[in-house]
Order: sequence, then C-alpha cells, then structure tokens
Amino acid sequence: MSRPESPLEHSAATPVLSVRDLAISLPSGSDRSHAVEHISFDVRAGEIVCLLGESGSGKSVIAFSIMGLLPGNVRVSGGDLVLNGTALNGATGIDAAHLRAKRGTEMAMIFQEPMTALNPVMSCGEQLDELLAQHTSLPANARRAKVIAMFEAVKLPEPERIYASYPHQLSGGQRQRIMIAMALILEPKLLIADEPTTALDVTTQAEVLSLIKALQRERGTAVLFITHDMGVVAEIADRVVVLEQGKQVETGDTQTVLSAPREPYTQMLIASVPPIEPPVRASEFAGPPALRVESLCKTYLSGGWFQKRRETRAANLVSFDVRPGETVGIVGESGSGKSTVARCITRLIDPTKGTISLGEQALHLGSADELKLARKRIQIVFQDPYRSLDPRQRVGEAIIEGPLNFGVSRDAAMRRAKELMSLVRLSPEVLSRYPSEFSGGQRQRISIARALALDPEVLICDEAVSALDVSVQAQVLTLLEEIQARLKLAIVFITHDLRVAAQICDRVLVMSRGHVVEQGLTRDVFLSPQHEYTQALLASAPGRHFKFARNSA
Amino acid sequence: MGAFLAKRILATIPVMLIVAIIVFALIRLVPGDPAAVIAGNMATNEDIARIRTELGLDRGFFAQFAIWAKGLVTGDLGQSFFFKKDVTALIAERVGPTLSLAFLTIVITVLIAVPLGTLAAWRHGGWLDRALMGFSVLGFSIPVFVIGYLFAYFFALRIDWFPVQGYKPLSAGIGEWIRHLLLPALTLSIVYVALIARVTRASVAEALTEDYVRTARAKGLPESRVLIKHALANAAVPIVTVIGIGVALLIGGVVVTESVFSIPGLGTLTVDAVLARDFPVIQGVILFFSVLYVLINLLVDVSYVFLDPRIRY
Amino acid sequence: MSPNVRRVLKNGAVRFGSTVLIVLTVIALLAPWLGTTDPAWLDAVNMNQKPGVTVDWTGPDNQTAPRTLLMGTDSFGRDIYSRVLYGARVSLLVGVIVSVVALAIGTLFGLLAGYFRRVDAVLMRFMDGLMSIPAILLAIALVAALGASLTTVIVAIAIPEIPRVTRLVRSLVLSIREEPYIEAAISVGTPVWKILLRHVLPNSIAPMVVQGTYVCASAILIEAILSFLGLGLPSEIPTWGNIMAEARVVFSSAPYNMWFPGIFLTLTVLAVNLLGDGLRDTLDPKFNKRGAQR
Repeated sequence: MSRPESPLEHSAATPVLSVRDLAISLPSGSDRSHAVEHISFDVRAGEIVCLLGESGSGKSVIAFSIMGLLPGNVRVSGGDLVLNGTALNGATGIDAAHLRAKRGTEMAMIFQEPMTALNPVMSCGEQLDELLAQHTSLPANARRAKVIAMFEAVKLPEPERIYASYPHQLSGGQRQRIMIAMALILEPKLLIADEPTTALDVTTQAEVLSLIKALQRERGTAVLFITHDMGVVAEIADRVVVLEQGKQVETGDTQTVLSAPREPYTQMLIASVPPIEPPVRASEFAGPPALRVESLCKTYLSGGWFQKRRETRAANLVSFDVRPGETVGIVGESGSGKSTVARCITRLIDPTKGTISLGEQALHLGSADELKLARKRIQIVFQDPYRSLDPRQRVGEAIIEGPLNFGVSRDAAMRRAKELMSLVRLSPEVLSRYPSEFSGGQRQRISIARALALDPEVLICDEAVSALDVSVQAQVLTLLEEIQARLKLAIVFITHDLRVAAQICDRVLVMSRGHVVEQGLTRDVFLSPQHEYTQALLASAPGRHFKFARNSA
Repeated sequence: MGAFLAKRILATIPVMLIVAIIVFALIRLVPGDPAAVIAGNMATNEDIARIRTELGLDRGFFAQFAIWAKGLVTGDLGQSFFFKKDVTALIAERVGPTLSLAFLTIVITVLIAVPLGTLAAWRHGGWLDRALMGFSVLGFSIPVFVIGYLFAYFFALRIDWFPVQGYKPLSAGIGEWIRHLLLPALTLSIVYVALIARVTRASVAEALTEDYVRTARAKGLPESRVLIKHALANAAVPIVTVIGIGVALLIGGVVVTESVFSIPGLGTLTVDAVLARDFPVIQGVILFFSVLYVLINLLVDVSYVFLDPRIRY
Repeated sequence: MSPNVRRVLKNGAVRFGSTVLIVLTVIALLAPWLGTTDPAWLDAVNMNQKPGVTVDWTGPDNQTAPRTLLMGTDSFGRDIYSRVLYGARVSLLVGVIVSVVALAIGTLFGLLAGYFRRVDAVLMRFMDGLMSIPAILLAIALVAALGASLTTVIVAIAIPEIPRVTRLVRSLVLSIREEPYIEAAISVGTPVWKILLRHVLPNSIAPMVVQGTYVCASAILIEAILSFLGLGLPSEIPTWGNIMAEARVVFSSAPYNMWFPGIFLTLTVLAVNLLGDGLRDTLDPKFNKRGAQR
C-alpha cells in the first residue's frame, strides 16, 4: 500500500469529506420531521473535526448517513455527501455495491461500545481477517502477518495471543484497540469515531485518545469524531461543529469555540462544564457525624463444587464519616468498589465486616425492625433515571410509598409530596402521571423527591447525575446543593466524574480495587494528590489544561 | 470440559429421580382399588390379589419404590399384563419406527425452518416474513392428526404417491423406508417447523439489531456473510435450545402420528397400553421418552460450548 | 393505560381472534336454539348420511319429520351438525379452565421460586422433572390413572402446563428484581410481599396474559388429541376430538366427517393463538420468542 508522501500537502486542495446542506428525514410519527437539517462541514486530510452535541442532537445520525448505515426508515432527504470527490448520495451518487466497497477501505468507523461492536463468537484475528479477505487479494498467511503487524501498531500486548482471543477475554481498552486496528488496517482516508471513549474508564480513555491522535498524525487520516464531552473536544479536535436538536449551531476552530463561543447555546453548554479545579469551601462542619463507616469490608465468594473457590474483595477496610450539611465524594473507576460501598451503607447488600452507624444507631447489626427504622434515615438516588422508577406506578404513588410504609396517612403523605415537588422544581400535577412521560433530568428530580419524602438525614447519590446531559447535570447539581443547604443533609456522592466531584464535594475518598488510596479535602486531593493512582487519574482527565469560557450571560 | 460434562450429567440425576417418582406414583393415583380397576370387570378375586402382589400395591410407597427403582437400574421395567412380555423387550421391539420417524422429522425441519427463518428476519416485514409468520401461527393451530388426514387424503387417496399406512424398516431398503415415512414425517414436521422457524426469525432479527452487525456492515462485507457469519452464528444458541425443547412437542406428535398412519412404534404401543390399562408398559414408555428428552437436552447443553466461546465450564 | 388498550384493540390479530372467539362462545351457549337436536341421539335408519341431504328423521321425541342434515350423520346415525355445535362447549370450557388454573398455580409457584432461594431449589427441581415428561404423554398417563371425566381431563391437561408458567413467572421475577426501582422500593422500607404485589406482579402481567393464551390453545389441542386417540372424554359426549375419532373408521368413504370438526377446532385454536400474538406484539414487544423460555 503506498501512501502520499506528505498528506498535509494534499489537505489544502480538496477535503476528504465534504458535507453540504445535509438533511436526514425521520419516519412520520417521530417527535420531529428531520433528524438533522442544513448541516455543512468539511473534513480535510490530517484533521480531526468534532461533532459536539447532547443526546438528541443528531450527531450519530450524520455519521451513519456517511457510511450508508442508516436504519431503513431514516433516510438522507437532501444535500450532498462527497467522499474524495465521489458523491455518496443523490442522483449522481454511487450504488449500494460501490458504497459497500468503500466501507472499510476508504472510510471506516469505530463505535462507542467495543464490547457489543465486536462479534462475540468470532476470534479477534478472524474479524480483521475477513475484512482483508473481502477487500484484498492477499493470501491467508500474508493477511495474518498484516493483522499481527496492525495489532502491534495499536500497541496490543502479545499480538499472537490476541489474534486467537475472543472479545470477552479482553479488557475494554484492548477491545477498543481491536476496533481501531480493524478500522485503520486498510488505511482509509476517513475515520469516523462515534463516541469511542465514552464507555471507557478515564485512564483508558486517555490512552485511547492519544493512540487515535498518534495514528492519525502518522497516516494523515481525516477524522470525524463524535462526542458529547467538551473535555475530549479540547483534548483532540482541530475544529468543532456544535449541534443542537438537529441544527448546526456553531462551527469553528476548537480554541475559538471553546474559549469564546458566539452562540448562546454553545455558551450555555460550555458554562455547564464543571471546572476541574475545586472551589474554596468551608472545611469545618459542626456536630457529631450523621453517618460513620468503620473498616467496612465486602467479600464475594465464587466457584462451587468443581471450580476453585475464589475470593473477591470488592471493598476492603473502608472508613469515613459524614457530618450534617457535608458532602463526601467517593471517586474511582469501574470496579473500584465505590458502588459496593453505597449498597452496603444502604444495606441493599450485607457487608462482610465493619460497622456502619447512623448517629447512635448501629446499622450493620440489629433486627429486621431496627433495619426498617434505619432505612427511613438513609436514602439513595440511583444512576439510571429510566429504570429507577417503576413504569407501572404513578409518580405520586412512588413518592408516598415510603411514608405509607412508616404509617403516615395517605392525605398527609400526598400533601408532603406536593411540597417536595416544588422543592425539586416540578409542578404538583406531575404526581398523577407515569414516569414514561418525563425526561431523564425530570425523572432524576422525581427520584430525589422520593428519597426526601422520608426526611432522611443521609442521602447517598450513586452516580446520580452520570447518565444526564451536561446542561441537565448542572441543573440537578445546583438543586442538590440548594436542598442540602436547606435540610442540612449529609450527602455521600459516588461518581467516576472528577469534574463533578471537584465541584460538589467537601471531602473526597479515592478508591481503587476496593481500597481507599487517598482521602482528604477536595481541594487538597485535587491540587496536590499524594498517591500515584490519584495522580494518574487526575492526569487522565480530558481537557484538564483547557480554560473553558465561563458563563458571561 | 470434562468437569463440565461431569457436572451436567450429575445434574440430570435429580431430574431423572423426580421423573421416576412421578411415573411410579401414577399407579397409586388410580382411585379406589388400583388392582381391581386394572384387572377389569371380568376378574376374579384371585386375579385381583395376584395383580396386587405383582405391582407391590400391598407394600408401602417407599418400600415398593425402592424395589421398582432397583429394577430400573438393571433395565428391568417389569412385565406387561396385556402383551405378557418383558416391558424392556417390548420397547426394544417398537423403538425402531419411532426413532426413524423422529429423526427424519428433525432433519426435514432443520433444513426447512432455519434458512426460512433467517431469510424472514433479514427481510423483516417483507412478503416472505409475513407468509412464514402466517404459516407458523397456522402450524401451531392445526391439530397434528388433522394434518395427517389431510396429507393422507391428498397424497395417498387422491393421488397415489405414498402408501396410506404402514411401516417398512430400514433393512427393507432406504427407498422403501423413506417412502413409508415421508408422509408421517412431513405431517409431524409442520408444527416443529412453525416453532423453529419462528424462533430462528426472532433470534436472527434480534442479532441483526446488534452493534456487531453494524460493525460487519461498516467493514463492507456482503449481506450474505453478515447474515450467516455474524447474525446466524450469534443466534445459534437459542435456536439449538428450542430444537432441544421442541423434542417434547415432537414426542407428543409421534404418538398421534403413529396412530394416524398405523406405524407400529412406541406411540401406538402407548395408546394400546392405556386402553388396556397396562400400567407397567405405560410407565416404561414414559420413562423411556423422558430419558430420551433429557439426554437430547444434555447434548444441546454440551453443544453450547462449541457455539459460543463465552460459555466455558 | 387507555392508550395501551386502544393500541391493543387496533391490532388486526387481536380483532380477528377475539371476534372469532366471541362468535364461537355465542354458538356454544345458544347451541340448543340453533336448529340442533340432542347430540347423543342416534337415528339408526339414517347412518352415514352425506352432508346437505334431507331425510325423514326420527328425533328424541320419537316423532318422524323431514330434516336437512347440514353436516351429515356418523356411522351410528348421530347428527354431526348438532355434535359439532355442542362440541364447542367442551373445547372452550377446557381451554378457559385449564389456562386459569395453570396460570394461577404457576404464578404462585413462580413468585415464590423467584423471590425465595430455598423454595426455588426444591420447587424448580420438581418442575424440571415434570417438564421432562412430554406434555401429551403426561396427560395421557394421568387420564389413564385417574379415569376419564371432564374434571380429570382438565386436571390432566393443566398439570403439564404448570411448570411452563412457573418458569416464565420465575424468570420474570428474577429479571424484575434486578431493576433499580425494586432496590428503591426496598430502601424506602417496602416489605417483600408488597414489592411482589405492587411492583413485580404488575410488571409481569403482559407476558403472563400472553402465556395464558398459549396455554389455552395448547389445552384445547391436547383435549382434542386425547379424545381422538379414544383416551379422553367418553365417546357419547360430543367433543370435536370424539367426532373425529369416529370419523377415522369411515375416513375413506366419508372424509368430510373429519373436516367439519377439524375446521372448527383449527379455527378456534387459530383465534386463540392470534389473540395471543396480537397481545404480545402490542403489550410486550420484547417477549417474542415463543417456546424459548428456558
């Protein structure tokens, strides 16, 4: 395969991808007639262009329209897609067979979820091999050598072993490297990356981003990078296209758009990004702790008659306390044990060892009745707003369910529910409706109201804003702080998002593999991390050096 | 693999034990004096007493179960009252036609149902899909004996292509064997095709919505490869599972189909035994079919290891 | 809930299925007034008459009068039209009672097995054993042991269906109890029985109703098979299976004796199956792998 000597020279002349006035129509009966309209941008060789938008902005649909992979009832209804001078759509466009021949060779794509994007019943090597078999005439041994070389290029360890492995035997980061290897093995001119690091942990994300950037520089590939994460944009993009609800809001080079956005929507979006530098906070909280956790351990045993018994320490000797009005964060990557701690504290699972006390009451022991009474004092808000409310239960019934369990009369509970609705800024009419009628942010407010209905002293937020768009996330966080100030709640805030933790937590615990590796005042931990894991974690946060525009409006 | 096999085989033991208990308990469900009922109206008191001793009805439930189960382990299923023979020998005599019919039916079914279901899933909502779904719901709704008589009426009575009834063993030549079995096997395969085509369609359609299929298409692979190597390969486990579960349906169908086409297999034996209240034979046949079903599903479980690399034991 | 109901009623399969079933129910209930005679009555003069002929017919009151035999007579001289219409009663009754009984018992077992691990271990082993005996064989064996009456036939058909319902409900419970809204209910102090009744059961209703229709279809078929093999209800009781059992004897000379009850039987089962498929498509799009509940 020959490559242009200097891809960057090539770039000025014709863009690799040119999108002009693109419109994509949705089937009738959708909430809008077009997924996107009036979209125009170019991607040149050696350039990374980010499509930035929140959920529902239509950013992924654009990517699929270029690849010709839109679902049957969604179609390009106007505009031009031109790849390397070849029209991909419209009257002059190429037919399906020619488009298929371009996939994998001239344009390639990597996806968000590397676990589901790879075929689970085919070995990783075979999945690249079939691509070569389809588009080249190389003999089998040459194909194999090429695949192994590509695995080396994406820095996979032991390429020979990886070749024969199945996706489930690899880590998330390794899987995404396989995807990248697959996308780039035939040296396409255009790489489309659809949220390729969203499902990865932050340290893995940093590695994958730098890999994409390095390979792209080396090969002069044009990259269209789709993301919702402004930190990632700051890290990787040369230019950025901002989308809102299918409309192109703002386009420009990354520096200008992120630090001096022109449009109000972009300004709002960027202002919603929590700064990674924690603000100065009052560090003293008076009074005895509302919640005290000492030497909490949770061990899982697996294996049975025929397998070796294995012991997994999901949480090991975790100790901390939270005072009224204080927010203590637990940060860590997936598998660090942070959610295990949350579930032990609320006794959704039983801790193996250690003590948990709510004021004077020991929560880790005691009879079922005592546990029930303790439940009233400690409440939890879950991550997934779409699954944490029973779809068959009216919102009002969900909120009064707790108080009714504790003998409050229905009328009194309903009155209280109405007050709570105004506390979480929703109308009281919400109470008579079903969860399916609400957005993710609204549902999360409802979940908060349900938790507050029992007047708890401690509130556990288990990734409570992680599934929300950044603008909604900012609103919910503000709401939580207001409620805390008013009710003097002790909050345990569990998150993988360092920016969120920096803004909302008074103190943080950093967890890794079941252990607390570091804890202290948020500002101390973030500005001068002591443990090397904390240092690595903070160094991986995308866009950490970037100064985002603050809200000027 | 060895540990897995051992584990799976051990897991079938409690299931078989429960089947044995249920089958054994059947005779004790007979209201009134089972021995008198079994002996019939013409029986003398001596006959009744003899039957009572033979069946161990004069002993306690568990005492007799222990004796009976001991016989089972050595392959002794007792004596038939009606045929005056060892039940084991009786089953051995009749098993050939039944297994032939079941085997031919499974082959026909898989050859028809899997390709059709896959194509229907590929062109979801197209004419083939709708036709297949229509056929499938009809296949679930027509009783197997009505299909049998319809086929017999058209293919044997109207146009003389196949014999109406009877059976020729494989030793009489493969042509004769198939000629006699084809009509019953087709009859029996209708409901089985309906089931397996439906599950194939649903599983392949589900696989086609998965991200890895999108990846395969993004690689520029032809649709045939996307469909077979990516979608169907991932749908294999549920399809094979249903082929295994469907064997229960098939066994039920065998009893009826054998009766319609007068095939001298275990199905007709069952019906004759019930009409004669020949309990040792009824118990033996049910045990035989249940063991067959459990063994086939054991094979299905083992096949998972080859179909899905995520399943390792 | 009302948009749900509207969506269900707009479904073609639901409309066809429920219309056919309503018509059949009306026919079954009004059978005595639809020009029928006593279905067990035989007029030995008029054996093996062809459909549509008009004959001098001696009725149960010993009066002889001209009568048009819409579906002919069987080899005993019984009026097939009357027998087919009365036969609808048995099929519908068996279908409804078996599905209600199997669903009620299976749901109870499934909820218990899904929520209590100790119950699960014992109960599911027993259900596995029961499921290893093919349904028709088990029904045949039970009828052989219990003797053939309407009650025993219903019991014999219902027992093999119970483990299937139990498995379905158990798997629903196991997946629903992993939902965060169940954990939310636990953390606001809701007791187990309330969680089962308020959260788990309402979220399982749709697949259970669908399963209920399939149980009903299977029960009608198995009852017909038992009768057809001569192992079901006594032959003087008019059931579609019994009519066809008698039709076997004269099949080469009078195949239509087989077709009339066969068409009614197929149409009934088809209507129930279509109703089930329609309900499944409209209420529960995820649950579409019939038979794959393992």
